[in-house]
Amino acid sequence: MKEFEIEAATENLSAVLAFVDEQLEAADCPVKIQTQIDIAVEEIFVNIAHYAYKPGTGNAVVRVETLPDPPSVDITFIDNGIPYDPLARDDPDITLSADKRPIGGLGIFMVKKTMDDVRYEYLDGHNILTLKKGLVIK
Amino acid sequence: MTVNKENNNGSLAVSINGRIDTTTAPALEEELKSSFDSCSDITLDFANVDYISSAGLRVLLSAQKTMAKKGGMKLKNVSSEIMEIFEVTGFSDILTIE
Repeated sequence: MKEFEIEAATENLSAVLAFVDEQLEAADCPVKIQTQIDIAVEEIFVNIAHYAYKPGTGNAVVRVETLPDPPSVDITFIDNGIPYDPLARDDPDITLSADKRPIGGLGIFMVKKTMDDVRYEYLDGHNILTLKKGLVIK
Repeated sequence: MTVNKENNNGSLAVSINGRIDTTTAPALEEELKSSFDSCSDITLDFANVDYISSAGLRVLLSAQKTMAKKGGMKLKNVSSEIMEIFEVTGFSDILTIE
């Protein structure tokens, strides 16, 4: 298990992705799945950067654990910001026409659709969100 | 990400090269917004785009809404990876993809 702690700020997104990608490449993750995971990591980290410590700042911890059998990865985000369950939000209605579609609300929806499992808990003052994804193309 | 624009008598051809993410989407939005008044339709070339997050989808939806009132907007050379993202989010139904 590898852990990375950094200020939750959008300018640190590339550093977070570099850390995650390093672990995924070491686990021979296919490029297609790596892109899906990168997008999910971006959505979650940017969410924390935008909302967790508003109007102040704070850190986020990103943990990556690759599991061998079957090949999969658990990525956990931990922050000490305001309690917020992003999964509690209603999914956007993706059948609406362009002029009726609201701008936004798609990030978490994409995460739910592309990851195998997404879990949230609030424990001892921490928001803890875990993504699970298999590393084999189905 | 880099953006190249070519305006041929009001038809704007935009080729995008790189990742459309939280850090680059605002630059794409600026490039498109600054050309809305001088074009009647837009074609976005996605041949060299291999990553788009929700920040990029927001820019596309916003441009789609603006251009629908004019001559429209279409995307070409969309990779299967990006197409999958459009399908998951319902964007394949609201964007014109050739």
